[in-house]
Amino acid sequence: MANVPEDLHYSKDHEWVRVDGDVATVGITDYAQNSLGDVVYVELPKADEQFNANESFGSVESVKAVSEVFSPVSGAVVEAHESLGDDPEKVNTDPYGEGWMIRIKMSNPGEVDSLLTAAEYEDFTKAETE
Amino acid sequence: MTAVASELKQTPLNDAHRKMGGRMVDFGGWDMPVQYPAGTIAEHLRTRTHAGLFDVSHMGEIDVTGPESIQFINRLTSNDASKLIDGQAQYSALTTPQGTVIDDLLVYRFASDRFMLVVNAGTTEKDWDWILAHRGDESVELKNVSADYCQLALQGPDALNILQGLTSTALAEIKYYHFTEGQVDGTDAIISRTGYTGEDGFEVYATAGKAEQIWNRMLEEGAYGSPEGVLPCGLAARNTLRLEAGMALYGHEIDETTTLLEANLGWICKLNKGDFIGRDVLAKQKEEGVTRRLVGFEVTERGIARDGQDVLIDGARAGTVTSGSPAPYLKKNIGMAYVPTEFAKEGQEIQINVRGKLTGAEIVKVPFYKREK
Repeated sequence: MANVPEDLHYSKDHEWVRVDGDVATVGITDYAQNSLGDVVYVELPKADEQFNANESFGSVESVKAVSEVFSPVSGAVVEAHESLGDDPEKVNTDPYGEGWMIRIKMSNPGEVDSLLTAAEYEDFTKAETE
Repeated sequence: MTAVASELKQTPLNDAHRKMGGRMVDFGGWDMPVQYPAGTIAEHLRTRTHAGLFDVSHMGEIDVTGPESIQFINRLTSNDASKLIDGQAQYSALTTPQGTVIDDLLVYRFASDRFMLVVNAGTTEKDWDWILAHRGDESVELKNVSADYCQLALQGPDALNILQGLTSTALAEIKYYHFTEGQVDGTDAIISRTGYTGEDGFEVYATAGKAEQIWNRMLEEGAYGSPEGVLPCGLAARNTLRLEAGMALYGHEIDETTTLLEANLGWICKLNKGDFIGRDVLAKQKEEGVTRRLVGFEVTERGIARDGQDVLIDGARAGTVTSGSPAPYLKKNIGMAYVPTEFAKEGQEIQINVRGKLTGAEIVKVPFYKREK
């Protein structure tokens, strides 16, 4: 059973968001990393790049597939987790911790309210598996 | 194209895969494990260093019997079946009149009047129809026995020792691309020293009803669960292993649009054995030379090449990637592609269009990986 921490917000594209003031940290969920398999390559944006909500900000590649990652919120990148370039497997081993991908300064923090709660995301992934 | 799981064909090991946590996918109409919980990289590496166990029961088997079996097989396939001795297997291909490929296959000779063809899962029905449509006047009997067999591939440097624990057949005496009929865990089996990983290993054919028993005994004998024990492997590892070993995959490197010579399979084109379907075209192509060739490449910049991406040379589109993937053992990103013959040389720089980003790569020698013997 995939791990879904209570204190995070989730997108239907399987990203998670941790909110700290107006900065959102974004990564992919345990369910997503498990579906992808061994992550071997992560492509991330540079600092200051702007993204709208639901816009692709990079990609995650496993041995067998490529998957785009979408920003659940709008804003400018304050930091990309560049060390994933050397240790992409952190996305598998610690998706909600060391596997984080970008920190984004939200231009519209209200967007968070339209994301899924942990319970809603859990139901969503169950429906997807069935 | 997503078929409902219940519509998919299943091997006799379907329950076993699910119980072991295999992630099941639709593979050419078959419900097969793409990986197990250990993950593709671990499965790949364990096969190179110790042993991996693969369910390949979805492959098709066709029995060819009768006094003119050799003549029949030689007319439909490109390699020379008359060179086989009893207990020997041969890599070959069913060819079209254009010299392209209906399927690649293994031809097993049990006796001069008894052969078995082992064909790809996704093409079994097509092959069977093709074979029936090309029956001539040779005295042969043909039987599609695919559903009767399970096929388990035990591959890797420890494969021999593991399998030896389950059979009294002296495995070390079976040479590469030879086989024998014996017993595995008390069940009649064809034990073949063949595989699709670039490692030493065996492919075991037995009655479908014994699949789970043999599978479980192989895992047990191979100390599954211990750090150096056998790992069950899914289709993703099977693909990366064969790619590192430079082996063609039907539907990728070879199909009905590629000739054997373009695919560097001239070694299975025995043009002097007598006539076979497509021989004249292949002979002409051999004389005149091919205009494109299959090559291996290594990505030299950041990025992973994938199947179907464009190859560019000097800025112009020059070909297509047939297989592209990270290579877990070599720790490189590799692939195979067709390029114009003039560029098909080691050291040639090419570019791959990786989702809009032109990424540098270099043509290298195939196989990418060769085990130490």
